[in-house]
Amino acid sequence: MSALLLETRQLDKHYGGLHVTRSVSLQLHAGDRLALIGPNGAGKTTLVNQISGTVAPSAGSVWLAGEDVTRRSQAQRVRAGLARTFQITTLAPHLPVQRQIELALFEREGLTGRAWRSIDGYPVLASEAQALLRGLGLGEHAGWPTERLAYGEQRLVELALALALRPRVLLLDEPMAGVPQGEGTRLLAALAALPKELAVLIIEHDMDLVFRFAQRIVVLAEGAVLADGTPEAIRSDPRVRAAYLGQ
Amino acid sequence: MSTDSSAPRVAPAWRAPLVVIAIGSIAWWALPDQLGLLTRIAITALFVLSLDLVVGIAGLATLGHAALFGAGAYAAGLFALKASGEPLIGLAVGAGAGALLALASGAFLLRYHGFTFLMLTVAVAQIAASLAQKARDWTGGDDGLSGFTMGPLLGRFAFDLEGRTAALYAIAVLALGLYVARRVVDSPFGLAVRGIHESRARMAALGTPVLRRLLAMYTLAGALAGAAGALSAQTNAIVGLDSLSFALSAEALVMLILGGAGRLHGALIGAVVFTLLHHTAASINPYHWLFIIGAALMVVVLLPPQKAWDWLRSRLGTKA
Amino acid sequence: MQLLANVLIDGLAYGMVLFIIAVGLSVTLGLMRFVNLAHGAFAMIGGYAAALLTREAQWSFWIAVPVAVAATAALGAVLEALVLRHLYRRTELEQVLFTIGLSFFLIALTNALAGPQVQLIVLPPLLAQSVDLGFRTLPAQRLLVIAAGLVVAAAAAWTVTRTRFGIWLRAAVDHPDTAATLGIPIRTVQCASFAAGAALAGLGGVLGAELMPLEPYYALKYLVLVLVVVAVGGMGSLPGSLLAAVSLGIVETASKYLASDWGGLFFFLAMALLLAWRPNGLLKR
Repeated sequence: MSALLLETRQLDKHYGGLHVTRSVSLQLHAGDRLALIGPNGAGKTTLVNQISGTVAPSAGSVWLAGEDVTRRSQAQRVRAGLARTFQITTLAPHLPVQRQIELALFEREGLTGRAWRSIDGYPVLASEAQALLRGLGLGEHAGWPTERLAYGEQRLVELALALALRPRVLLLDEPMAGVPQGEGTRLLAALAALPKELAVLIIEHDMDLVFRFAQRIVVLAEGAVLADGTPEAIRSDPRVRAAYLGQ
Repeated sequence: MSTDSSAPRVAPAWRAPLVVIAIGSIAWWALPDQLGLLTRIAITALFVLSLDLVVGIAGLATLGHAALFGAGAYAAGLFALKASGEPLIGLAVGAGAGALLALASGAFLLRYHGFTFLMLTVAVAQIAASLAQKARDWTGGDDGLSGFTMGPLLGRFAFDLEGRTAALYAIAVLALGLYVARRVVDSPFGLAVRGIHESRARMAALGTPVLRRLLAMYTLAGALAGAAGALSAQTNAIVGLDSLSFALSAEALVMLILGGAGRLHGALIGAVVFTLLHHTAASINPYHWLFIIGAALMVVVLLPPQKAWDWLRSRLGTKA
Repeated sequence: MQLLANVLIDGLAYGMVLFIIAVGLSVTLGLMRFVNLAHGAFAMIGGYAAALLTREAQWSFWIAVPVAVAATAALGAVLEALVLRHLYRRTELEQVLFTIGLSFFLIALTNALAGPQVQLIVLPPLLAQSVDLGFRTLPAQRLLVIAAGLVVAAAAAWTVTRTRFGIWLRAAVDHPDTAATLGIPIRTVQCASFAAGAALAGLGGVLGAELMPLEPYYALKYLVLVLVVVAVGGMGSLPGSLLAAVSLGIVETASKYLASDWGGLFFFLAMALLLAWRPNGLLKR
């Protein structure tokens, strides 16, 4: 039985009268590929925000590798091995791509407190950043400000940043969102090539991708877990069809 | 080392300060009766440089930066009055006072963003100014703090009436400040702060302790602003309430945006251009100066020189 | 007790002036997200127009003031339509720079046209007298200011909640992206609200001429106070601005009466505390 890396226990969130997360309990083990799906407004991103620490839950707890991280800041959870990407690209638009990756590496190595040596004085990390970019087919664009990249390439960089942190748990919030038709192949290849031991939770609307990628699917509707099982089980579950097509 | 020709590289930190020393020395030698103006320009440039660290690098628009300048000025003045006229120690005292005020106020201020943060910086600075006016036993109130004399610089170079020592002193401190700022901005810490400026959410998701980094940068800026204030106190032998004024904060911000925020040298250019313009035009008629600067500011926004700078920079091959 | 009444009345009047001027800035900031640091200039222009009309042209106060306000509105509309609307997409710092430049220019222009001395508005005999309210006698002008503030607040509330324009305005503030697709004439809303804000600023300049003397530097001198009201009240929140303006007006007046050697300390201390407590505005969470 592979290690339990991420767990939420009865996670609950209200915004005033609005109940956005209802008692959600999930488990993620090393090597898992879990897809989180559900109709719009089901509260998927809010759930991920509570796991990553951007939003504090009203009740319930979040556990990373057996430790209660509910009270911990986002930065602390990252250091504990949790990484995420965002639905809308949040790259620093004017920083060159290589610098963006180097930032992730500096952060991982705990070097962003160093204020004297030039950023060009870390050749090992620079090589790692360049290798990462070459692996994504972005080697020539190392000096480009991120806003100059095609949107699909920016999403790739988002993913690369999260992976550069060498996380144990990865949260992907709609990685394919907004990516034009032709640009998706490299992103799909990158998703297929994710490290085996990594526990991945992915929010996606693209059902092809979901059924190809996921080994387990959780359906969220109106903030609560509607179904949790293998792709085949979910596909044939009448409640799931009702949730998407009904109301 | 990287063999990838498309990789970004930063320019060595000593280049810009060397240019400052070169231009400053030439000006010092060539214009012996404009040394007061030269000193003033150097001090203003250091102040606007410190503002660039907060506004241009960290992305925090502030209208209360004069509080840090004034803190340094009064601290250095009081030190010279009560303790010792040794200029370099006084300079350190001023920088320390600026840093301390920045640390204390930043710990509170940096929890806020945008317009709220901006208005709170105004409040902090105005409160400081009111306190300075009230505490006339220490600050001299409306009359200002005076009556202190500076000892010779490095034990040898006395502050002469023509201002020759003062001008070189100010230029040297400016060059040093620029060197420090350049190194810090081009370090992993500086890169992280720039990342926070452009995408706070991204940096938090990378595990950066955002507040701590911003506070550190704000404190450094406070040290440089305090140093500028100390220079002002020492070279003018007087400290007035205007060193804490809203007008000073606003003027510095205007100079920074004029020269271009976020590149450090833009701060210096803005300071030089604005001060020279002011000096030449104000002697005619203070209101006519406002015509000129008002029109200039509007033109600069409508036809930004930034495009020219970007073109120039890409030609010179310096990509950060 | 007498002192308390004085402080409350004068503070209320002062607060009303700040409120009337702040309305325009609050709406512009909340609606167009446009940092207009030239807003103080509208108050100045309105005041100057009224002063010149009553003194030089010898018009009646009751005619001069509406004309001055209308002229300020027209100026605001023209400025918005020709120049300022192109800056909505620029960064905040650029907007700051431009509007400060505009203020400088208008200050210089005002001095060139009317000289540096303080401009006085000739009050009609009705307003120059005192009114006996029983517990206190007040200059009638103060009563007018307080009444005007209440009228503006009521009119603004009515416009926002009961008219079609008000619905458009609220939609444009709360949901800028969808408002255009819903068929709301965004440009009209923007230009009209800017002009209305300028008009109100002009009115505030007239009413506040005693407390805030009209001279060329007026455009920038009192801008900070108005910005404070907008910040504490919350951008785009008119009830918030009213509450903020009155509270801070009373604090400032009390401080002037009781602790004048502390300068503006209590005003800014109160402002910092209120803003720290409610960063998005007094009435917003």
